[in-house]
Amino acid sequence: MKPSIWVKRIAFIIVLLAIWQGVYMSGYFPAIQFPPPTKVFQALVEGFADGTLVGALLASFKHLLIGLALAITLGTLIGVLLGKSRQADETAGMYLIAMQSIPSIVWVPLAIMLIGLNETAVIFVVVLGGTFVMALNVRTAIHSVPPEFIKAARTMGAKGLPLFFKVEVPASLPYYMSGIRLAWAFSWRALMAGELLSNGPGLGYSLRFAMDFAQMELVIGIIIIVGVIGSVVDQLVFSKLEKKVMRRWGLLK
Amino acid sequence: MFLQMNEVAKRFADHEVFSGINVSIEKNQFVSILGPSGCGKSTLLSMVAGLEDVTEGTLRLGGEKILHPGTDRGMVFQQPALFPWLTVKDNVTFPLKADHSKREKEQIAANYLKMVHLTRFKDAYPHELSGGMQQRVAIARALAMDPKVLLMDEPFGALDEQTRHILHDELMKIFEETKKTILFVTHSIQEAIKLSDRVIVMGTRPGKIIADFPIDIARPRERDDTKVIEMEKKIMELLEDEIKKVMKEELDYETKHLG
Repeated sequence: MKPSIWVKRIAFIIVLLAIWQGVYMSGYFPAIQFPPPTKVFQALVEGFADGTLVGALLASFKHLLIGLALAITLGTLIGVLLGKSRQADETAGMYLIAMQSIPSIVWVPLAIMLIGLNETAVIFVVVLGGTFVMALNVRTAIHSVPPEFIKAARTMGAKGLPLFFKVEVPASLPYYMSGIRLAWAFSWRALMAGELLSNGPGLGYSLRFAMDFAQMELVIGIIIIVGVIGSVVDQLVFSKLEKKVMRRWGLLK
Repeated sequence: MFLQMNEVAKRFADHEVFSGINVSIEKNQFVSILGPSGCGKSTLLSMVAGLEDVTEGTLRLGGEKILHPGTDRGMVFQQPALFPWLTVKDNVTFPLKADHSKREKEQIAANYLKMVHLTRFKDAYPHELSGGMQQRVAIARALAMDPKVLLMDEPFGALDEQTRHILHDELMKIFEETKKTILFVTHSIQEAIKLSDRVIVMGTRPGKIIADFPIDIARPRERDDTKVIEMEKKIMELLEDEIKKVMKEELDYETKHLG
């Protein structure tokens, strides 16, 4: 990336921080409601130094990794079934879209009542958050395999499972990667929703804890962490992976 | 006869594509099926490939009835349909069965890539090649499984004029070298005359064979050769009525629906 882009981006943050500081100094809001940037920074440093935020982060990542792995597995299975079987697609395809449109936070009361106020309930919400979007993308991935690939492979003697694994699976990989990226994004949102209403540990729980104890600087600090992780993981891991596959498949120059 | 079509018909629920197709093709011949769009020539070729069901009649290759796709028939489509996740070499070895050793596969790939002059690009990925080069890889891939017959469905239709001429010459060399039986579908009269030993002309609505004749002109054939020009005229006249028929139908449709 061009250095000038980074200069613009950093300048933007500096301006934002200056406005924030200005509003604080105007005294319009009470300090307890509107801490200055320095105090938020201090809260973050203290949180990491005493280990509370580190612990919360590790717990959140544990929920996310287990939940996302399950969501990807389940979503792939459902997606392949709907993608390959017209019967299944006609029967259940529409409901999949309905399920996918339910915001994850809606599942939290159900999870808590069903499983209890514990980490399993949080993972359950993460799984629901990621599975449907994954399944929808896998279905699209399979439907979008160019028919000429299948025809060409058939004239070369491929059929049945070898045709599926040697042609359809690799041909659908670019869409599959988009599915994983979206599953991660949805799971991450679901994780925060689940943890906010759980009784810990986790980043979402720490956020509510901070609210209950009126620690506005920590509330803002955690929101910043959530945003940073969300974008960093997307940019450094999933977008990169997706682009790499697209480039190799010749879909991106 | 080597490749035999006997009273072959194709019908869909609402219309007939063609019926009563009888063709016998000898071994080591280059045969073109020429016709306007909609005559079903590509459908017929797909039936020989085993990709399309036969509604009526039988197709036989070397005495055996064609029911499914098989490696005894290699096919080249209008689109190269190369697998983008494989290198050029791996695309060419794709149809080879597991009973070939790795070295044998390498050898076969090297052999056919040399034939299409792409040895230098064996480790490249398809999207790094031009359209003409991709189509050459597709030809090498079809040849690699050593089919009894090579089926080509307007293989140069999507290429520019210049590239098409180069590939015509390459295909002629390959034909002379391998002596494969080639069944070539095209809508270009010039292309059919330039390449084939025999041209089968199809008419449309419904599809049927309206002419079938040998091209006894020494190769390489030049476009300004009087015999070539004569042949072109002859086929052009044959097809004129067919094309008029299609045009009239389309015009009637327009006036009926827009007028």
